[in-house]
Amino acid sequence: MSTITTEKVGYVGKAMKRLEDPRLLKGLATYVDDLRLPGMLHAAFVRSPHAHARIVSIRSETARAKPGVVGVFTGADVNAHCGVVPCAASQPDMKAPKHTVLAGGRAYFVGHPVAVVVATTPYLAVDAAEAVEVEYDPLPAVVDPEKALEKGSPLTHPDLGTNVAFTWNLAGGDIDAAFKNADRVIRQRMYHQRLTPMAIEPRGCVASFHQGEGTLTLWTSTQIPHLIRTLLPGMIGVAENKMRIVAPEVGGGFGSKLNLYVEEALCSYLAMHLGAPVKWIERRRENAAATIHGRDQIGYYEVAVKNDGTILGLRNRTIADLGSYLQLLTPAIPTLTGLVLTGSYKIPAVKMEAIGVYTNKMATDAYRGAGRPEATYLIERLMDLVAGELGLDPIALRRRHFPTPQEFPFNTATGLTYDSGNYDGALRKAMELARWDELVRRREARRREGALSGIGVSTYVEICGMGPSKAMMAGGWEWGCVRMEISGKVTVITGATPHGQGQETSFAQIVGDRLGVPIEDIVVLRGDTAVAHYGRDTYGSRGTAVGGGAIVMCIDRIVEKATRLAAHLLGAKPDQVVFQEGRFGLRGGAGKQLGWGDLAGEAYIAKNLPPGFEPGLEASAFFEPPNFTFPFGTHICVVDIDRDTGEVDIVKYIAVDDCGNQINPLLIEGQVQGGIAQSIGQALYERTVYDENGQLLTGEFTDYAVPRAEDIPEYVLGSTVTPTTSNPLGVKGVGEAGTIGATPAIANAVLDALRPLGVKHLDMPFTPEKIWRAINQRT
Amino acid sequence: MGVPVQIHVNGTRRTDAVEPRLLLVHYLREVCGLTGTHVGCETSVCGACTVLVDGKAVKSCTMFAVQADGCRVTTIEGLAANGALHPVQEAFWERHGLQCGYCTPGMIMTAVQLLEDTPRPSREQIAHGLKGNLCRCTGYTHIVDAVAHAAAKR
Repeated sequence: MSTITTEKVGYVGKAMKRLEDPRLLKGLATYVDDLRLPGMLHAAFVRSPHAHARIVSIRSETARAKPGVVGVFTGADVNAHCGVVPCAASQPDMKAPKHTVLAGGRAYFVGHPVAVVVATTPYLAVDAAEAVEVEYDPLPAVVDPEKALEKGSPLTHPDLGTNVAFTWNLAGGDIDAAFKNADRVIRQRMYHQRLTPMAIEPRGCVASFHQGEGTLTLWTSTQIPHLIRTLLPGMIGVAENKMRIVAPEVGGGFGSKLNLYVEEALCSYLAMHLGAPVKWIERRRENAAATIHGRDQIGYYEVAVKNDGTILGLRNRTIADLGSYLQLLTPAIPTLTGLVLTGSYKIPAVKMEAIGVYTNKMATDAYRGAGRPEATYLIERLMDLVAGELGLDPIALRRRHFPTPQEFPFNTATGLTYDSGNYDGALRKAMELARWDELVRRREARRREGALSGIGVSTYVEICGMGPSKAMMAGGWEWGCVRMEISGKVTVITGATPHGQGQETSFAQIVGDRLGVPIEDIVVLRGDTAVAHYGRDTYGSRGTAVGGGAIVMCIDRIVEKATRLAAHLLGAKPDQVVFQEGRFGLRGGAGKQLGWGDLAGEAYIAKNLPPGFEPGLEASAFFEPPNFTFPFGTHICVVDIDRDTGEVDIVKYIAVDDCGNQINPLLIEGQVQGGIAQSIGQALYERTVYDENGQLLTGEFTDYAVPRAEDIPEYVLGSTVTPTTSNPLGVKGVGEAGTIGATPAIANAVLDALRPLGVKHLDMPFTPEKIWRAINQRT
Repeated sequence: MGVPVQIHVNGTRRTDAVEPRLLLVHYLREVCGLTGTHVGCETSVCGACTVLVDGKAVKSCTMFAVQADGCRVTTIEGLAANGALHPVQEAFWERHGLQCGYCTPGMIMTAVQLLEDTPRPSREQIAHGLKGNLCRCTGYTHIVDAVAHAAAKR
């Protein structure tokens, strides 16, 4: 697609250290909590300790009388002034509760904000919040989403008359014929546990309203400043063009900051109402309770197979626990699961029924992978279950269902068109790196000794580079701008909002190579809607795949424009001008060469331009991807299990990921390793627990076990490169691969280790207790 | 109501009057204006707030400023000498030991003490030494690489 090809090996493809790092390493970066504005006030929230309760009364006199208190606000004070929290995903039959910024007559989950206190310091705000007296009348809580579907269940939102938010159906191919022609049907219920994203920086925001200009600036720890600028006007009545949203340094998101939250709207309203900047910084306990959770799907899966292992069809009923409210993408998550249900396999028929269920919990939404880890886990577990039932080799079973590289673009029964792939190539490479035969010999030897040892494989594919606007809820394009400054320095602006992924570096690598400019002369700006005017931000592994596409378009336009200017200055026609490594000269090498400094000077001083030539050397562009991208790979995990304690030890871990062309292999490695670590967390340690009353038991790092350095094995990492056709860079995205590909490999390894005991399936996380029970019930 | 404290912060002696309940991390961030030290959990689990107090890595979210009276405190801002990165900072840069950067200051301060105590640590010793610091982005591998790299360069 691009008009320029980079022959020379420059920055792209090199493992370069990051340009954004020095400020982060020196403690000189600015996160939201580091902002100080004159007269800034501090908000603290009063939250429901009950999962479901009627709010009988709120007494705030004592709190108001405390030192430093500026105001105490309840739903009765603010809900009429702030609209409801938007949900961008809809389903035809969807029933949605009114999601007000503060609880009205009822609290619907532990952590539900009931009141907010504003005071002159954070300590005084917390003091006063503790003095707000709320009288609750606890009501029966809906906790189990399956019981919530039973007749006579208490209702999460009695006014909706049902706990069912929506049903969503997906069908492709002839599913009835598949099951009719099957020799066997293999069935399994799987629970994909609820997870808490736990970014190390909690959420937080500072809102400031300029009374004279009528403009609102909101600094917030978010992945999506542009989407907030689109959505927040509907809540607080400030027009989009009077609103500036800034995502300063953001300390981790993983989807948890891909939302418009009540606190952002409320602080914005309070800043306007009080005429002073208002800051709110989330505390860890609030983060665990009132920032979105992820996953939480129960599925009943059925696979129609022939005795030779041919998979004819896949059918399932999925119950998605949505929590009590719909956040931005809550209803979309199970639909993403549906789209990649068939994984990297040729499965001709598929049917899925997803039921979204309200429970008295925090909302689930997009946590790293968002729907695809669920799909990948289930299809990869099912491949092993099928292989186990039929006595087939799980590798051979996978292989026989792979589309060949020649079969791409490959249409799935779920309606997607996979762009490009060489699934067997990645599998072969992973098996080579793993020294597969040695792994198998080791396992057999250990089994002979009576030890529990297993090997697990996952050959995943995911949907990234989100996405073509036709398939997205509110525009899937990305915007970018490249400006050759008068000095010859280059300013790059991206509407994608990287927050740790490293595009300040990788985009500079792309621009440096394509413009022939030293990387030191390039600055990449992001995250501020006053600078990056438009954008769709970072989620769904789209930053480079879609954001990079916009940057390439800008570069092409600048080079084209500069070529015309160079032709004018050299007294030639544009097609006589050659651009190479930052220099413009005449074909054949005659005459003088012009550099970017020469051209930028002429373009901006504008005294000697061709007729009709627009001054300046800047281009902006919206890149619309024609399709998603579909990265893939193979992960192999080897575990030993301690029979006495049930503890799982990851002995070896091999991953081969194909994310298309690689801009910076070091950053890709970082993304893969980080993703695998989150998968290790999900497979072995993490789960969000609400008790039978809906009380949150995992409200801190002390109760919610994220992996530590000691929990991480050494990896053998490799890659294959199969470029995508969905963008000019040929990149597929890699932000979520680790959380998608790794979890099932670990699960399959654990269950392979337990197979000699007759254990077919266990649900994650594979804690020592769970494994120990499985061992001791069956031996 | 302030209690007078004298604390050496990054080599400068400061005298301040602080509320007895003021946490050391808030003293550093709000009173000294050193916002490089971050708060991640307030329960001394995540380690984002780690600073050196008299040379020992301490979680400043669970220590009162008054407890640091008379102590020497080093924060991430005090690590780079005359603008040149400390070898541990340099190693984190070279080995891509950070992504979002939020846990990084605490991680680096812990690594500094780890290398003081164990100048030639094994990877297992590094991982063990960092168990009080959580990172959600990197998956730790590059962090362990960075600390090993810093040790090798000494």
